[in-house]
Amino acid sequence: MSDILIVLFKIMGTLSWFLTLTLYLTWLERKESAVMQDRVGANRANILGLRIIGLFQPFADAIKMIFKEDFTPRFSKKFLHMMAPFVSFFFVAVTITAVPFGDYVKIAGKTVKLQILDFNVGLLFILAMLSLGIYGVILSGWGSRSRFSLIGGMRGAAQIISYEVALGLSLIGLIMVYPTLKLSSMVHFQGEMILGFIPQWGVFLQPLGFIIFFFAALAETKRVPFDLPEGESEIIGFFAEYSGLKWGLFMMTDFMEIIIISTLITTLFFGGWQVPWLAADGFHFPWGGEWLLPHWIVVLFQVGAFNIKVFFFCWLQVLIRWTYPRYRYDQLMDLGWKLLVPLSLINIVGTGIVMSL
Amino acid sequence: MAYTLFFLLSIVCIGSIIGMIATKNQVYNAYLLVLAFASMGGLFALLQAPFIAAVQIIIYAGAILVLFIFVIMMINLRQGLPPEKKKWTYYFSGGIAAVLAGELILSLKGTFSIEPSAPMENFGSPTRIGRLLFTEYLYPFEITSVLILAAIVGAIVLVKKREKK
Repeated sequence: MSDILIVLFKIMGTLSWFLTLTLYLTWLERKESAVMQDRVGANRANILGLRIIGLFQPFADAIKMIFKEDFTPRFSKKFLHMMAPFVSFFFVAVTITAVPFGDYVKIAGKTVKLQILDFNVGLLFILAMLSLGIYGVILSGWGSRSRFSLIGGMRGAAQIISYEVALGLSLIGLIMVYPTLKLSSMVHFQGEMILGFIPQWGVFLQPLGFIIFFFAALAETKRVPFDLPEGESEIIGFFAEYSGLKWGLFMMTDFMEIIIISTLITTLFFGGWQVPWLAADGFHFPWGGEWLLPHWIVVLFQVGAFNIKVFFFCWLQVLIRWTYPRYRYDQLMDLGWKLLVPLSLINIVGTGIVMSL
Repeated sequence: MAYTLFFLLSIVCIGSIIGMIATKNQVYNAYLLVLAFASMGGLFALLQAPFIAAVQIIIYAGAILVLFIFVIMMINLRQGLPPEKKKWTYYFSGGIAAVLAGELILSLKGTFSIEPSAPMENFGSPTRIGRLLFTEYLYPFEITSVLILAAIVGAIVLVKKREKK
């Protein structure tokens, strides 16, 4: 009984973390773009005159979206049109189950893992769910029965499936280095040291793999500079025929993808919840010092480190989105197939040669 | 719990395949096939083969069928084959169906034993499958990869030929 309660609590906690971060990512996007363009940004939403640099804006946006008219075009395929946003949202939301937020926490004699489900093939699970998310894009493009939506859906499908190849291949080098697909063991492996003082993070072991993964993941989120499926200024995108909360679901899916990509980069390449030199009982510095800490402070350090790393990569992705112009379609395909895929193959061969030495 | 899930997934799987055969619209056909493959992935996961489950979903539902749908959306087929060609497809598919039914009946024989044999140690884990592929099944594995390479080269040759004309 208490096990079920623990799992339920973990699901609730993780999902509320996920959705709150999604909401505040919309705020971050507006504020960061405003700062970069020398504007003030959203700052009018308030509770009893209390503004706090527009921190209530996401809630105002959500309420507005809920009360907007939910308009379904007469010419659309009603069922598919309705299904599409839910398919998109579901397959991104479910990936969070495999993400490790921390090592474990001891409460009342119980050891609870800070991860909803520790799959044997956690990495493949996340990739599988992300690859199913493409059906939301295709369904909305086709089900709307509008030309612009269809163009957006086709572009989205072509782009995601091209970059998925590079995404998968870039991770093979990593899997060769950590001989496991279990995300928690991967993070444990990154707690070791190279030469006694450099933390053994994936980015130090697989620098090329990290760069390929980062670019391919950016393309998977379908945002500038890879935003051809949306193309705000020309075709509006696969969600052109949506309004109200259904459109809101598509927008939230975008932001949730950013968070999932950030958690994946953190977990695979930046040590997940590992803090350099922090073991289960406190810090052990390479120059000989020690700083022992109680269990719960160590857990706080781990979860805090995970969160800070995830926030950093979310911030970086928003920065990239507001810095670069859009690629042309042939440039996009060239980058995927002629640069990233061969580079990731070279990375696999190189990793194999280095490992067999 | 496992039984409920098993029956749920089986019903979804078989139902979507029957729906796929019954509907005429190609796009719906493809979507129903996706659903069938996804629930089959779930069945593999129930059989304690998580690696096969994940690969089933990534390869079949995530990649191959996306290409199917892509082609269907591109060419937008309205009518099927002309009636004089249809006769041959009936005979041909009838033959294949008979062979498949025979295979199914033969495979039923093993399922009626009372004790289900327990799965081996780390059955279906990536390590084990990888080791088997590179030791015991090396030749079939390599021959399959050569076949796939031949298919890719063939596709490119066909496309290039049409461009020249």
